Amino acid sequence: MSTENPFAESRGDIERKRTIGRAFVAVCFASTLVGIVALVALLADVIYESWGWVTWEFLTYPPSQAVENFLPDGRGAGIYPAIVGSIFLIALTAVFTIFLGVGAAVYLEEYAPESRLKSFIEANIANLAGVPSIVYGLLGLAIFVRAMQLGSSLIAGALTLTLLILPIVIVSTQEALRAVPDSQRQAAYGVGATQWQVTRDVVLPRALPGIMTGTILSLSRAIGETAPILMVGASTSLFVAPDGLTSPFSAMPMTIFKWATLPEAEFQHIAAAGIVVLLTILLLMNATAVLIRNRYDPRS
Amino acid sequence: MSGTDRTVDIARGNGGVADRTDSIVRYVFLSCALVTILTTLAIIGVLVAGSVEFFQHVSIVEYLTGTEWSPVIRPQSYGVLPLVWGTLVITLGSALIAIPVGTATAIYLSEYADPEIRKVIKPTLEVLAGIPTIVYGFFALSFITPIIQQFFPETGTFNAAAGAIVVGIMIIPMVSSLSEDAMSSVPDDLRNAAYGLGATKFEVSTNVVVPASLSGVIASYILALSRAIGETMAVTLAVGMTPQITANPLESMQTMTAYMVQIGISDVSVGSIGYQSLFAVGLTLFAMTLAMNLFSMWIKSRYREEYQ
Repeated sequence: MSTENPFAESRGDIERKRTIGRAFVAVCFASTLVGIVALVALLADVIYESWGWVTWEFLTYPPSQAVENFLPDGRGAGIYPAIVGSIFLIALTAVFTIFLGVGAAVYLEEYAPESRLKSFIEANIANLAGVPSIVYGLLGLAIFVRAMQLGSSLIAGALTLTLLILPIVIVSTQEALRAVPDSQRQAAYGVGATQWQVTRDVVLPRALPGIMTGTILSLSRAIGETAPILMVGASTSLFVAPDGLTSPFSAMPMTIFKWATLPEAEFQHIAAAGIVVLLTILLLMNATAVLIRNRYDPRS
Repeated sequence: MSGTDRTVDIARGNGGVADRTDSIVRYVFLSCALVTILTTLAIIGVLVAGSVEFFQHVSIVEYLTGTEWSPVIRPQSYGVLPLVWGTLVITLGSALIAIPVGTATAIYLSEYADPEIRKVIKPTLEVLAGIPTIVYGFFALSFITPIIQQFFPETGTFNAAAGAIVVGIMIIPMVSSLSEDAMSSVPDDLRNAAYGLGATKFEVSTNVVVPASLSGVIASYILALSRAIGETMAVTLAVGMTPQITANPLESMQTMTAYMVQIGISDVSVGSIGYQSLFAVGLTLFAMTLAMNLFSMWIKSRYREEYQ
């Protein structure tokens, strides 16, 4: 803006406006840094606290009540049963989620006519996405653990997590399906394919990378969830890995929660070590999702 | 994909195997979609059924107006207000952080930042939302609380301030990301018209872009606050388990969610009042977040600005 600005009353007015403008940019930029700085501080804090505690023994031994056992010269103690528990839990959740989530999304995108039922289902899904995760925990406790008599088992935990992430998986799958050009569907119908054949042979294969990306991202959210599996009754300290669908289980966030609440100061380091393992697995899952997206993204 | 199959299907015509498969498949997919409605019904059913049992022992008036909460330890009292108070303190505290910071971040990303910089910063901030909340709880205990204690030595290990700060950090990306989307969708014509009148960039940002995107921005605030109300593990670890109504944020309190965790990790027996109270508190929490989510959706659709 030049000093010729007819709207400015005086040169001082323009100077004042410039100062306000600069101050405003500075404030906005500083605010942007708040989030970044917090993220860096969080990661630095976790790495600092866990330094020297993430050992091979930590990854391969069951937990222990005694802090000494976690130290490098101790008998060896770690997070192994919780790692296996988390992996089993997520694998099971993935099976249920892919079936239900993709099925529901295919119905909404490919089959459902524009009707009140469809918009009701979609509004309901948007609402479910905003239900606090601990409420899903109560649902799991009342339905899967008590009413269906599954007990505090791996499968009850997985079903609870499935319902929790279902809304996100459905929405991301819908987006992936919507990205498949209609011309391809029309071409398939043109050679006489039925709707199921179009969906199975044309739409789903084309949407697969998008579906996988969305599903992996949702599962990486599920692996960090504590509240729902806590309500279902996941064990805080389990010394053996789960060996079946109905066996009791622990999971990484539960074990970290237990360690973080113990009064001995050293358990802070052990909790931090557990967090490093959890965040590493999360990072690997996210990286896989990004890789799939970049590999198959038609725009890149 | 073999073309011959399809010609066969056409030849079979109506009532053929392919048609039957098609309608079976259709119902399978429909039932997957109906699971989501069943989930909602089950949530409401479970919460209401559990609460009904609870309110057979406790009067609703006492529950809603009582200022003492101790359903398990004698002398028992069932006033939910201390839990609601703890939840409100955390929600408002986190809003004080996330709303200004998130809005200013959104303005920076939408109006000032280079597209290249935005492409890096936006996903980086969204990482904050992807970190498990238990990690935030740990961060509050091991990093935020010691810093607060430097300034206020009387601060307890568990305190509401640290909880509000980490929840605030956690919901920054919800505010910044959704608000940025709303601001970016304001058409350039509006900005250019204002520039043509001699407005400065600051005036365009605050007097044109923000008002024009207000419905999206406010919807993002409400969603973020709803998330703060339902947040569980961070507040359980950071804020503690002391249900009390106090104005001092340096003291321990208890949120509704943290109470549910407390009962969840204890071995309350089914049918006991402690077990039933879970459902009453869960219903209260669900009702609060549901109201806010519906409100956010309503604002977004009611005040949606349509630009050609």
